[in-house]
Amino acid sequence: MKKYLSFFRLRFTMNLQYRAAAFGGVATQFAWGFMEIMIFAAFYRADENAFPMSLASTASYLWLQQAFLALFATWMTEQEIFDTIVNGNIAYELCRPVDIYGMWFSRSIATRLSRAVLRCFPILIVAAFLPYPYGICAPAGPKHFILFLITLLLGLAMTVSFCVLIYILAFFTISPVGLQMIFTSMTDFFAGALIPLPFFPAKLQTVMELLPFAAMQNVPLRIYSGSMSGHEMQKAVFLQIFWLIVVTAAGKMLCRAAQKRVTVQGG
Amino acid sequence: MITMEHVCKSYKIAKRNAGFGEAVKALFHRDYEVIHALKDVNFTISDGEIVGYIGPNGAGKSSTIKILSGILTPDCGTVLVDGRDPFKNRIKHVKEIGVVFGQRSQLWWDVPVIDSFELLKDIYSIPDSHYRQSLEELTELLDLSELMRSPARQLSLGQRMRCEIAASLLHRPRILFLDEPTIGLDAVSKLAVRNFILELNKTRGTTVILTTHDMQDIEALASRIILIGKGRILLDGTLDDIRRGGDNIDETVAELYRTYNI
Repeated sequence: MKKYLSFFRLRFTMNLQYRAAAFGGVATQFAWGFMEIMIFAAFYRADENAFPMSLASTASYLWLQQAFLALFATWMTEQEIFDTIVNGNIAYELCRPVDIYGMWFSRSIATRLSRAVLRCFPILIVAAFLPYPYGICAPAGPKHFILFLITLLLGLAMTVSFCVLIYILAFFTISPVGLQMIFTSMTDFFAGALIPLPFFPAKLQTVMELLPFAAMQNVPLRIYSGSMSGHEMQKAVFLQIFWLIVVTAAGKMLCRAAQKRVTVQGG
Repeated sequence: MITMEHVCKSYKIAKRNAGFGEAVKALFHRDYEVIHALKDVNFTISDGEIVGYIGPNGAGKSSTIKILSGILTPDCGTVLVDGRDPFKNRIKHVKEIGVVFGQRSQLWWDVPVIDSFELLKDIYSIPDSHYRQSLEELTELLDLSELMRSPARQLSLGQRMRCEIAASLLHRPRILFLDEPTIGLDAVSKLAVRNFILELNKTRGTTVILTTHDMQDIEALASRIILIGKGRILLDGTLDDIRRGGDNIDETVAELYRTYNI
């Protein structure tokens, strides 16, 4: 366990040194957040009652999404991991007494957390001071806030587990480009990264909520703003845990198969 | 003790001719060619030996090293290192071995070298006292004190290689695989690395298997030479066995390759 914690620590401290990237990230997220809220506000002006969430809840959802983007964006994969597979440096990783899956998992968690830590505070603070209904509201209640934190971590673990699965698939395809394109556009759509899931037609939403993608950012962001009932929250947390176990187990199994047929590229 | 018996390894490689037309054709139909990297390789290496593993480009040297270090699975045959199957007991096996791939890097690119070392300490669960002692020794012998605090990306190839070698030895492996370890080293560093390997072998009895195209490395280090060509072991003997014809060691080896038509 200490090994994996060390990976985590080194990765975390390493990422804290990229200040310019963090600054750029914050600026982008602000621009993106404002743009999205303006679009939604324009729709709400037409008919406020036509929407499943209030504008204030939607704004909270969007700001939290922008603040914690680094935790959930599946397009933020680690190029270095793909590179080790493509150029064959994986050879060194395989001659260490560590489990490849565990190593990549702890490393990805660290990268995402360190990025989020650098980026979230300016966004959260500014969004908290924006006038109602364009800013971030207080959580629906103390219970909601605690559940938000728990599901945030579960959602992060779920996202990482999913990304590690993509890394492992790259063992088989060698080039990661196609995999990344398919999986990231799919998750962006199904996870509620483009539009929150309640905005989809009811039938489609029921199906989407059962999928593993809904176990990522959808749950914490909606619990915070109170747009889920008690029963829905219970079900969502259960599904998060269920998918986390399934996707992790699948990843580990595939990892074992990949190692058996691995070809180390280049000499 | 290392034994390889009847080991084979083949790779499937997609091949096509040059040109746009050929590339389009390859979208629909791919021609694969099976390359037999190793065909029935047999040898035994005892504890404490320094073996020079030589052969022309593409002979199967690196494949052998990768199989011995548990990275690749052989297609057939048995491999035993100190009684373990390197692939099946990978995690246990790699604790006892050190590997240097001369053309790759194991140091973290953006952080000081010492951070990579500290991570390796945790990965191999090296006790504090051992770690400090190893680090001191390696720093002195490979002259690393100036390099340790720089990020790996800012080191020259030779400087980085010295750090790579140190990184592979922190956990005091019993067996050391060196795959072209003297690439890019200047004369002084080369001598330092060679002396260091000899010293390690003498004091700790570390078994060393070395692949290189630098025949002076072989001359200085190897007490035994295994020649591989086209996936087969062609010769297993001492340096004197191959010293016929040719004035210097490079010519001798070139002559040897010609003799075996590899």
